[in-house]
Amino acid sequence: MNIRFDKLGVVIAAIAAYAAFVAPFATFRANRIVPGQARSILEALPTATGALLLVIIVVAALIALFKTPLVLRLVASVVALVALALLVGVAGTFLTPAGNTFARISPAFGFWILIFAFTLLLADVLTRLELSPWARVGVLVLAAAAVGLLLVSGSWNDLSILKEYFNRADSFWAEGSKHVTLALGSLFAAVVIGLPLGILCHRVEKLRAGVLNVLNIIQTIPSIALFGLLIAPLGWVAIHVPGAAALGIRGIGTAPAFVALFLYSLLPVVANTVVGLAGVPRAANDAARGMGMTDRQRLFGVEFPLAFPVILTGIRIVLVQNIGLATIAALIGGGGFGVFVFQGVGQTAMDLVLLGAVPTVALAFAAAIILDAVIEMTTTKRRAETA
Amino acid sequence: MKAWLPALLRLALVVLLVAFLTNPGWFEPLLKPLTENNAPVIYNQGSLLTLTVLHLRTVLLATVAATIVAVALAILVTRPAGAEFLPLSRSLVNIGQTFPPVAVLALAVPAVGFGEKPTLIALFLYGLLPIFENTLTGLTTLPANVVEAARGAGMTGWQRLLKVELPLSAPIILGGIRLSVVIGLATATIGSTVAAKTLGEVIIAGLLSNNLAFILQGGLIVAALAVLIYDGLSAIERYTARRMGSEAE
Repeated sequence: MNIRFDKLGVVIAAIAAYAAFVAPFATFRANRIVPGQARSILEALPTATGALLLVIIVVAALIALFKTPLVLRLVASVVALVALALLVGVAGTFLTPAGNTFARISPAFGFWILIFAFTLLLADVLTRLELSPWARVGVLVLAAAAVGLLLVSGSWNDLSILKEYFNRADSFWAEGSKHVTLALGSLFAAVVIGLPLGILCHRVEKLRAGVLNVLNIIQTIPSIALFGLLIAPLGWVAIHVPGAAALGIRGIGTAPAFVALFLYSLLPVVANTVVGLAGVPRAANDAARGMGMTDRQRLFGVEFPLAFPVILTGIRIVLVQNIGLATIAALIGGGGFGVFVFQGVGQTAMDLVLLGAVPTVALAFAAAIILDAVIEMTTTKRRAETA
Repeated sequence: MKAWLPALLRLALVVLLVAFLTNPGWFEPLLKPLTENNAPVIYNQGSLLTLTVLHLRTVLLATVAATIVAVALAILVTRPAGAEFLPLSRSLVNIGQTFPPVAVLALAVPAVGFGEKPTLIALFLYGLLPIFENTLTGLTTLPANVVEAARGAGMTGWQRLLKVELPLSAPIILGGIRLSVVIGLATATIGSTVAAKTLGEVIIAGLLSNNLAFILQGGLIVAALAVLIYDGLSAIERYTARRMGSEAE
């Protein structure tokens, strides 16, 4: 018999063993800001359930450790992740003393690195499966649906991050929609202005270096400074937001945040439009000219479609960057998930930080996967057409 | 003809920056119109020079650590022994770049507390990605004939790595370091929201007291540093690229 180790599996099994047997699984705190006490898997769960979780982790880690078929590894990682996600909710209920509304149970270090280890396994399997763009979006939708189901079913309701959420459910959705509006709206504005500007820079060589240099310099201004500097020209209409109040900062609204995000977005859009148009094969342009196409027909019929994937890459950079940067808008009263992050930092309430950070990371991550898939679809389509 | 113009502009920027950091008082009349109610014009809760040095130190420490780890990891996954990790590390780099710096910063606080440490961690993690990606690109796109020639000349794996592969990829690796330094310079300002001593302190003090002069001076110092360091590293990059270009031929 020939037993062979999987190298990545060795790493995953080592991480999982440490996380399951040494690191704490959950943290118990008497209220939301005191330091917590660590609880291991067996302490955080009813004995039988805790033992079951340990068995699942050990089996999944063993499957990862040896060279096993991809399908088996896929099943092992998914089962382990689902078990962890379900049982951390059970731990929340189990550890909360009956009727106590002040106690806070949060997933601890060990839980997070277990999630990390099995996500690593899942990511490795998905990478090796070389999924098509559609399938990758499908996996994303499945994962989102699973998390949504867990949230709606209420099995996580006893976890501290959701307790923070229930305390401010209304403002969560309001800040969330502000966050998305900021990120998408500034992207939209940057595309509307940046595309023509990029085309102009492509056609008029004298303009190119100047415009790109100015946009480059804008990128070097730190985001918090740019947000702040835009306050004055946009007026002194102060709107008070909780996040700013926590830090004592006078909030000045969404307008400067929107303009700052727009300015940061211009460079990737303009630069990628220029690069994309420059990469259009000369032969394609000559052929179009030879067919008697006007400049405008050539732009929309030939150059633009050929440059599209590169322009889309610029849009992907902007969207992911904007979703992250929009968190800083909270510092100047622009709202968004950053409100919870900065409020949490101000109160040293980490669950509140997570309430702001987790949706931001999830949004950026989803945007990256979806746009990567779209980019791949447009490039393979183009290749298929030209082949 | 105008080749000296950029150099002159850069020199002027350096002079201006040094003058501002050592004698900020000289610039008071320029910034005065931006303040209201006789608010202080020049940041007065600490020396701008000290904050600049601390800012640069934070970025330097994080970048050095990130360079060592990222280059080592990239070398590991491009060796036969680590080849199994290559596809996964590529997707991890892609995923990692979607994490917003503020989130990394805020999430590091519970683990290490307030101050410089969470900033160093965030800058380190953020710096890893561009350097790793570029080192990977450099090491995997080497001209096959050069690597073959080195093998044919009887070089061992280590010799090939140190004498052929790394020197040839040096310009691309430097490009990654440059990117990560510029991102780090801007991200370090956000570190001041978790009490790190960086130039972000000046900007945040400005935001707190509605003092535009503070915001402007903090922002401009960081921007000037970024432009100068970007230029300097680009020059080193071009220099190594030229040397490698002539050696490879």
